[in-house]
Amino acid sequence: MSANKLKFSEKIITRGIQFSGLSSIVFVLMILYFLVAQGLPVLSEVPLRDLFSTRWYPIEGYYGILPLILGSLVVTVGASLVAVPMGVLTAIYIAEIAPGWAKEILKPLVELLAGLPSVVLGFLGILILSPFLRDTLHLPTGLTALTGALLLGMIAVPTIVSISEDALNNVPETYRTGSLALGVTRWQTIWGVTVPAARSGILTAIMLGVGRTIGETMTVMMVTGNAPVMPDSFRVLFMPIRTMTATIASEMGEVAAGSLHYSMLFFIAVVLFLFTLAVNIAASKISSRQLKRSERILS
Amino acid sequence: MVNLALYWAEEYQQEYPDARISVTGGGSGTGITAMISNTVDIANASRAIKPEEREQALVNGVEPVEHVVARDAIAVIVNPENPVRQLTLQQVSDIYAGKFENWKELGGDDRPIVRLSRETNSGTHVYFLESVIRLGNKDNKTLFSRNTLLLPSSEGIIAEVRDNPNAIGYDGLGYVTPDVRVVAISQGAANDYIMPSVKTVNENLYPIARDLYMYTNGEPQGLIAEYLNWIHSPAGQQIVEELGFVPVD
Repeated sequence: MSANKLKFSEKIITRGIQFSGLSSIVFVLMILYFLVAQGLPVLSEVPLRDLFSTRWYPIEGYYGILPLILGSLVVTVGASLVAVPMGVLTAIYIAEIAPGWAKEILKPLVELLAGLPSVVLGFLGILILSPFLRDTLHLPTGLTALTGALLLGMIAVPTIVSISEDALNNVPETYRTGSLALGVTRWQTIWGVTVPAARSGILTAIMLGVGRTIGETMTVMMVTGNAPVMPDSFRVLFMPIRTMTATIASEMGEVAAGSLHYSMLFFIAVVLFLFTLAVNIAASKISSRQLKRSERILS
Repeated sequence: MVNLALYWAEEYQQEYPDARISVTGGGSGTGITAMISNTVDIANASRAIKPEEREQALVNGVEPVEHVVARDAIAVIVNPENPVRQLTLQQVSDIYAGKFENWKELGGDDRPIVRLSRETNSGTHVYFLESVIRLGNKDNKTLFSRNTLLLPSSEGIIAEVRDNPNAIGYDGLGYVTPDVRVVAISQGAANDYIMPSVKTVNENLYPIARDLYMYTNGEPQGLIAEYLNWIHSPAGQQIVEELGFVPVD
């Protein structure tokens, strides 16, 4: 009887877990279906040549999404240039170098940075970072791709730090002691042994951090100036740009449901979805490679 | 015009504690879209409803009726450090169309021009495009210069103009704060340069002024009619003036 009861409750629990696991798949598929169903009509109504033209001014029927895609890429790449070195080095410091008390202060502080709402970050960007950049770099305006990239870097750093740090902590202690026993310095051990051993974990951390910056909306909308300029050279970093996320956020409130402009915004959302999907697939490819590595080590 | 709508609603609810009015912002397009889908009683808009929007409303069984509730002047603003004090309408149009890139071409300092605008969902944006950049000419297809910064709020524009000596912006007279400089505008080089004010707008002297609307579904009835009457009353129009807009008649 009690064995039966146990079996029954176990069944319920299994079903519950199964349901939660499957529901996230179902939700993602439903979101994808909705985006595609709303966005695809664009392809039959706007010729591809117009779609990939360089002018975005939807209220007059200019639907070129190229400046928006490139705008998002510029900010994301800029943010990665800031966040990757800073995040990885912070993780190395916390995991390998910092004394115990510093570790205990630094870790919660980095996690606190992760909890900072992006609208607050954008506000600081408008009030402090943008005037500062305009004055020091003599830019026409401080609302630029660079401002957005620096702030987005701040958003990506905590993700990169905490996942990289976990990866470094998972490197067996014997690697370090073995290396030191060979008479190698501490710096050479970190750079030549520990970091390479944690490489896949660190790469996953970078991918997830970058994934966060592509989708970030509020901060970029507040500080990048939102001008749909076609990026043409390196100088674009110091000019205003408009990202895909900011476009969707600022225009979705206004469009009439079902209009071409409305479908267009969903089409941009599909493009954005594909970008994040690509980053996530890259991240999971890297972490699955890590699994094989550790299997190899065990054997 | 969300500020104005909020003040009206607040004052009205203080005078008539039984009334419940909730106001949401987001731009004229937002209000009219909500009117079309019949989710609001009154849509505030700083531009007239477009013919295709009216058609769409009629399809949904909504018949938008227009009420002019106030007038608004759009002030062209620059940083107080900028020596440029007056511009013709044509010059403002050329600045925003991208024909001028440096303030010295307009008698100012040797500084790049940074153009600021509201986002495309703002009625002010559409009005500025049609009446200033295109100078009211329907066949004119000039657009905002590509590198015009589109900021999500009036406050964002005021803040950037206040801090940045390169910037030029435009905004409803009601939003302009004393720490930015309002530029005098003339219809043409031969005309007088006029500063925007209640007086110059009511005398039709200031060239960039427009009507502000409320739309109702059909002729207003009951509570909505009472509210609109109150808005047109001296008490309602007093608020218009306090906020820097221009009262109607």
